[in-house]
Amino acid sequence: MTVEQDQELPPRPSDTRTLGDPIVMIENVQKSFGDNHVLKDVSLSVRKGEVVVICGRSGSGKSTLLRCIDQLESIDGGTIRAAGHLMGFREANGKRVALRDSQIAKQQRDLGMVFQNFNLFPHVSVIENITMAPVRILKRNVAEVREEARALLRRVGLPDKENAYPRQLSGGQQQRVAIARALAMKPQVMLFDEPTSALDPEMISEVLDVMVDLSTQGMTMIVVTHEMGFARAAADRVILMHDGQVVEEAPPEKFFTNPESEHTTLFLSKILHH
Amino acid sequence: MNWSWEIFFSYVTNGLMLQGAWTTVWLSVISMALGLGLGVLAAMMKMYGNRTLRWTAEFYIWLFRGTPVLIQLVIIYTGLPQLGIRLTVIESAILGLALNEGAYLAEIIRSGIMSVDKGQTDASRAVGMTWRQRMWLVILPQATRTIIPPLGNQFNGMLKTTSLASVISMEELMRMAQMLAQTQFRVLEAYTCAALWYLILVSIWSVIQVRIEARYEKPFGPDEAVSFDAKKARRAAFRKSKPVKEA
Repeated sequence: MTVEQDQELPPRPSDTRTLGDPIVMIENVQKSFGDNHVLKDVSLSVRKGEVVVICGRSGSGKSTLLRCIDQLESIDGGTIRAAGHLMGFREANGKRVALRDSQIAKQQRDLGMVFQNFNLFPHVSVIENITMAPVRILKRNVAEVREEARALLRRVGLPDKENAYPRQLSGGQQQRVAIARALAMKPQVMLFDEPTSALDPEMISEVLDVMVDLSTQGMTMIVVTHEMGFARAAADRVILMHDGQVVEEAPPEKFFTNPESEHTTLFLSKILHH
Repeated sequence: MNWSWEIFFSYVTNGLMLQGAWTTVWLSVISMALGLGLGVLAAMMKMYGNRTLRWTAEFYIWLFRGTPVLIQLVIIYTGLPQLGIRLTVIESAILGLALNEGAYLAEIIRSGIMSVDKGQTDASRAVGMTWRQRMWLVILPQATRTIIPPLGNQFNGMLKTTSLASVISMEELMRMAQMLAQTQFRVLEAYTCAALWYLILVSIWSVIQVRIEARYEKPFGPDEAVSFDAKKARRAAFRKSKPVKEA
């Protein structure tokens, strides 16, 4: 959020990447919790390799949108296609049929998700956190997966922590392990739900560095965050949600300097003057 | 005063009493194990089942927690034959005790599962675990910590509750004491002896319980990071149940 942080982040070599076809397509999604209409006809398309930052006030529906994409919440209307799946449904003779839990689980394996509170498995070590899903769900070879997990730990800067337990790590370290755990399933899209909101300020940049690194390697990312430094440095597009709707959708240069929506101007004035 | 230490001590090591004590132990263990299975099943049905399963579980818990075990045992052993269901004494005792225990354990297990952070469900679903994988790999291992202490207390209770099976002539401690009392009319010595045996069994269990709880009270993970191989070796050693020294 601060100017110093902007400078810490390496510049984005956007021009070296070429964006592919849409890999996440959200159309007219509706979601309510009881009387609370959280998502009102949200549409959004994300291309392969693209980094999209979603921001907005709390209660604007941004986290719910992310959770709907990953099917942690079911949707009440519209469609979500991600990584080649019609999330939560299958099509039979032109009709949509809701999938069972175990079939949704298969779709979820192609999306990675990182949570605000890390949600590491506290009862197993760091390396087992990372290897659990590939070994126990995909039934892959243990030795091979462990090698990959070690490579992932090096990538997130924690090569010496494989035998530590989550409680022995700082918040920033836990979040980096959580990123490694999600990457171990080789997802096509990574979803980040306020990944730095629960962190002490001095740990934010270590997590953002990993995320920027990931974006430069062509990972498709949808990031809900208030870290405007990250948005400037890594995003291809910044989206503002307000009251369950997308009210602004622009490249970072335009989003920060010349936004179209009054909500964006108001949001930026609040967040940048802290 | 008419109390004979001689008779009392002869009862303590009496063959019938020893046999009764042993029966009490295995009856408790088997009933507890089956009760645990029933409890897990009922808790799962109540928490994750559809309406029919949920109501079945609710009804089971309500029925068996709301009626005395004594009546449950009597109905199973002496009542069911009227419907053509004939169970032996041992079968009736185990069934009655397990059904009763399961109803109590269901609530304990349910609260244990609910004590696990909601984020764990999110995280395990996000990596693509099915319900079964999620339960087995993530939720239950963590719920165990909350479940273990009350489970130990339930087993303590079970050791004593088995005495009720004496009314359907299950030959456990209480029944054996009755038999001794009826043959020699040393009522006080016989029942005091049975009481002593219950004390001994419960005390032994307390020692075991303290050790189990100590094992589960520690935060997850070792005090120092231990390598995977060391952990594997430790597990193997635990399976052979040799005492292992922590490094």
